[in-house]
Amino acid sequence: MSRLAAAAPITVRMKGAPAGRPAAGDAQAAHGERSDHSEHGEHGEHGEHSEHGEPAVSHEPGPARLLADLPVPGEWRSLARHRSTYRTPPPASARPNRRLIELVGRAGLRGRGGAGFPTVRKLEAVAGGREHRVVVANATEGEPASAKDRLLVTRMPHLVLDGALLAAHAVGAEEIVVCLERTGREAARALHRALAERAGREALVCSVRIALTPPRYVAGEETALVHWLNGGPAKPTVAPPRPFERGVDRRPTLVQNVETLAHLSQIAAFGADWFRRAGTAEEPGTTLFTVSGATRPMVLEAEIGARGRDVLAAAGALPAGRLQAVLVGGYFGTWMAAGDLEGSLLSRGALSHLGASPGAGVLVTLPASGCGLLETARILRWYAGESARQCGPCTFGLPALAEVTSALAAGRARSDDVARLQRWAGDVEGRGACRHPDGAVRLLRSALSVFASDVAAHMSGRPCAGSKQPAFPVPAPSKEWR
Amino acid sequence: MRRHRQPVALIVDPISCDGQGVCAELVPEWIRLDDWGYPIVEAGAVPPELVDRARWAVSNCPALALSLRPERAPAATPSARRRP
Repeated sequence: MSRLAAAAPITVRMKGAPAGRPAAGDAQAAHGERSDHSEHGEHGEHGEHSEHGEPAVSHEPGPARLLADLPVPGEWRSLARHRSTYRTPPPASARPNRRLIELVGRAGLRGRGGAGFPTVRKLEAVAGGREHRVVVANATEGEPASAKDRLLVTRMPHLVLDGALLAAHAVGAEEIVVCLERTGREAARALHRALAERAGREALVCSVRIALTPPRYVAGEETALVHWLNGGPAKPTVAPPRPFERGVDRRPTLVQNVETLAHLSQIAAFGADWFRRAGTAEEPGTTLFTVSGATRPMVLEAEIGARGRDVLAAAGALPAGRLQAVLVGGYFGTWMAAGDLEGSLLSRGALSHLGASPGAGVLVTLPASGCGLLETARILRWYAGESARQCGPCTFGLPALAEVTSALAAGRARSDDVARLQRWAGDVEGRGACRHPDGAVRLLRSALSVFASDVAAHMSGRPCAGSKQPAFPVPAPSKEWR
Repeated sequence: MRRHRQPVALIVDPISCDGQGVCAELVPEWIRLDDWGYPIVEAGAVPPELVDRARWAVSNCPALALSLRPERAPAATPSARRRP
């Protein structure tokens, strides 16, 4: 623990300068040329106001890297301005660029879509496949409590596109597909505008198209995404083969989250050593968090391994210790008692000891007045509605889990219902083609543990006062699969 | 009797499986059904004495959802379960 603490101190961003930027001469770009990184000083004030349902953005606790130069809502960051910091990615080639892959390996970049898989291993796998490879930039962000991917694509489309182009260059891909949920119109507009801007000024170095996916949670899972891009429904397929072996049009396909790609742009510009200056040795760099629940939604950037308390405070989510619990990792995550989360470091390594994971950097706070069992039952219903209904244990198990948990929340569970929930959890886990049912099971188990005293109270017919006031937003299930 | 002695594991394709339960009747020592009628298969190598019946279950699955694949590991503990 102390090692992590030492490796990941919270540094408050220096006024006016993006703290994450390297000193001149510090970083070598992947292709041997030093990047020109002029400093941009302007930033919005802390806690910029949200508009049109967009999350607010906090520049605490820093150091801001991805968000260091974030334009305010409505402001367009031009390609020329972007190019004053980031050089044009090299043109696509059928041959992988081993130096760039090696650079990503040295940086220790891990995926920011939730699973935290080492990016270099995906790059190597795709680069090792047949030619005519494809890169899919995944901005579908089906997790209801996450807003960071949309924020990046909407406000920093050039950074994301550069990352996708660099990934294509690394693996030797000639085609890029950027996937967005159909409902994210603003993000799609920003991407189209960014592509149009490039078409006028830069030879398009790779074919790039935008695909608008059905707004379903599992549609963003990589085999589902590939299935849909190939003309099928956006439902997971049995793996293997994984997309890196046989993906879009049966070609080796790299599916990578857009925040990961944005980090890749910065690694190419500023180098692996610079990247490793933030975060922990195992999980270098910064990451974006979306904090919501008891307070208004906020996106902020922090070093991996930042302390939970500091991240919550930076998001304005610590109103004098009035939090009861935090859903860590979002609806696909686990409950933690507020005190445990506040004291913990937010890294995959530190949280795994507590049976949790930061996932895609999502923290949903439950106020002292809320009922964790009620929220769990509501989220389990959402899980059941989001099931692709392909695998029996998911199709039938998730509604059953939701039903009994609802009864528990309402104080009308039977005496053996908790034992039944535990048994079903064991029976459902690991039995889907994808991890969807596993997410429901993990959430439920954490609820039964974190809210154990509530479970006892509800079982004895004394449901808590909050059990009639739902607090979390639960999206209605979409009917669309195509 | 068996054609070769390489250890094999029983694998269910969870998308193809429609829970008819034939497999659990044929190899109850290795396959049980959950509360919704879908098979839960033990992980690891099928014990030698069950391999013939496991092959029979594979060829009798109405949904063609069951298969055998080579398994390097020795027989798993009975409590271990397959994690696709």
